[in-house]
Amino acid sequence: MLEIRNLHVHYGAVKALKGISLAVGSGQIVALIGANGAGKSTSLRAISGIADVSSGEIIFDGIDITNKPPHVIVFAGISHAPEGRMIFANLTTRENLEMGAYLRKDKGEIRKDIEYLFSIFPKLKERINQPGGKLSGGEQQMLAIGRALLARPKLLLLDEPSLGIAPILVKTIFQKIVEINKELQTTILLVEQNAHMALSIADYGYVMETGEIRLHAPASELAQNEEVKKAYLGM
Amino acid sequence: MKCHLPKLYLLLSLILCGIILIFEKNISPYYYQVIVYIGINIILASSLNIINGFAGQFSLGHAGFMAAGAYTSAVITSSMHISPGSLASYPAFLFSLICAGIIASLFGLMVGIPSLRLKGDYLAITTLGFGEIIRVIIQNLDFLGAARGFTGIAKLSDFFWVFGIISILIFLVYNLINSTYGKGFLAVRDDEIAASAVGIDVTRYKVIAFVFGAFFAGIAGGLYAHFVTYINPSQFGFLRSFEIVVMVVVGGMGNIIGVIISAAILTILPEALRSIAQYRMVIYALLLVIIMLLREGEFLGGRFNIKRLWKKSPAET
Ligand SMILES: Nc1ncnc2c1ncn2[C@@H]1O[C@H](COP(=O)(O)OP(=O)(O)OP(=O)(O)O)[C@@H](O)[C@H]1O
Ligand SMILES: [Mg+2]
Repeated sequence: MLEIRNLHVHYGAVKALKGISLAVGSGQIVALIGANGAGKSTSLRAISGIADVSSGEIIFDGIDITNKPPHVIVFAGISHAPEGRMIFANLTTRENLEMGAYLRKDKGEIRKDIEYLFSIFPKLKERINQPGGKLSGGEQQMLAIGRALLARPKLLLLDEPSLGIAPILVKTIFQKIVEINKELQTTILLVEQNAHMALSIADYGYVMETGEIRLHAPASELAQNEEVKKAYLGM
Repeated sequence: MKCHLPKLYLLLSLILCGIILIFEKNISPYYYQVIVYIGINIILASSLNIINGFAGQFSLGHAGFMAAGAYTSAVITSSMHISPGSLASYPAFLFSLICAGIIASLFGLMVGIPSLRLKGDYLAITTLGFGEIIRVIIQNLDFLGAARGFTGIAKLSDFFWVFGIISILIFLVYNLINSTYGKGFLAVRDDEIAASAVGIDVTRYKVIAFVFGAFFAGIAGGLYAHFVTYINPSQFGFLRSFEIVVMVVVGGMGNIIGVIISAAILTILPEALRSIAQYRMVIYALLLVIIMLLREGEFLGGRFNIKRLWKKSPAET
């Protein structure tokens, strides 16, 4: 479904990605793990068109989407829940979700999707008319995921969905991610600090280090890998 | 309450129009002038509110768009030798206002494009400079009267033109901001990256905000020119832009009704303080400071809150 070949991204003089290649198959959950500053978020930003690619290719469903503007990429079926839950602070929960469906015209279906989303995240329903900026961190995270889902993406890019979430909620968030993957058949590329959790729900995993892919293997294998255990699982 | 706002506004303006129509002959020219100025400032502030308040692009060049519109429409009606009150004057004036809007929005387009690369202070300075450039260009064009100004403009605008345009503007803005498309502006203002991540073409929104805002600033310029009948470049300096920004900030960025009210108050205020001429600007400035302290919240604001005077703002605590 998604294939990245030899991707390079620079921020000015900083080389954030130094030729990474990875693939995400249809229906999979793929985890991208690595230390701070490894280039995980940059990879997602490059896919969704927010970061400029200096060389390499990003192919989605057989179409080259490298350096296409973000709104074109959303339209093609990729939706990005950016790091740090960038929700619209002055729009209400409902409006935030509606903005997620910005490119869709099917009003009735959008309403159904919002209802469905409330069944996944009941907390959001209680906050429906509150401005996004007034939600708690965890609620904002749910909102960011929900908003990305409302585009009805084929591929969902999640950047650290567990960031700043209470440990007890982290589990729930990951359960919801699996639920979204199974029930909506949404393919997911998941960036996580919480490598243990990410690998436990993923089909396949990539380990990044300073702008490069260090290792990649089926998630269950990665979780057993000595190097990974030491560096990312704290064992 | 929200959904009744446009109807309420329409009703109020109809009543106001009626009163003015009945008493038009009895209203002293001075008050009439103040009322028209209020209207023109409402158009200026509301149109700037689209750029500053909704799209979040801090622009300090609104007087430049106003000047472009004022001169455009003045040139058109003057070259047509329109006499006020004749039947031909109405369509001719309307035509000149539309042209004023179009020329101003072309300038808006020109400023909108750098806004794609610039943010915050840098954008403010660029737009400020741009407004001044328009003024300086006019000052050096002999056929526009250069620094001497443009005289003999027909007195075509009046209360009804001004409030007619306000109604159209408020109607458009209100419907825009309550549509999914219009909420895109608020999204761009809140977070550009998140906005593009949901599929909003951020570039297009910013440019549209400038074009739309400049269009109405141009029309306001045309209304102004045909009310005062004499314009010169110094009327469109950066102090003018600054006044309009103050109206938007005091009314609450993005607050439609708040900005209308603040435009009205800030037009009346200096007039009301005329009797104490020496201290006028001091008091004006002081009142501005107090109003800003009393205002609560930026976006949902416009509500006055006395406690704000001694309580710390949420950002500080
Ligand atoms: N906007 C930016 N401007 C300049 N450099 C940046 C920018 N964003 C990221 N970088 C740099 O690019 C590199 C990769 O950053 P990136 O955000 O992709 O890391 P990450 O793997 O997501 O890290 P984290 O786990 O901390 O989120 C880092 O060295 C970072 O300093
Ligand atoms: Mg990151």
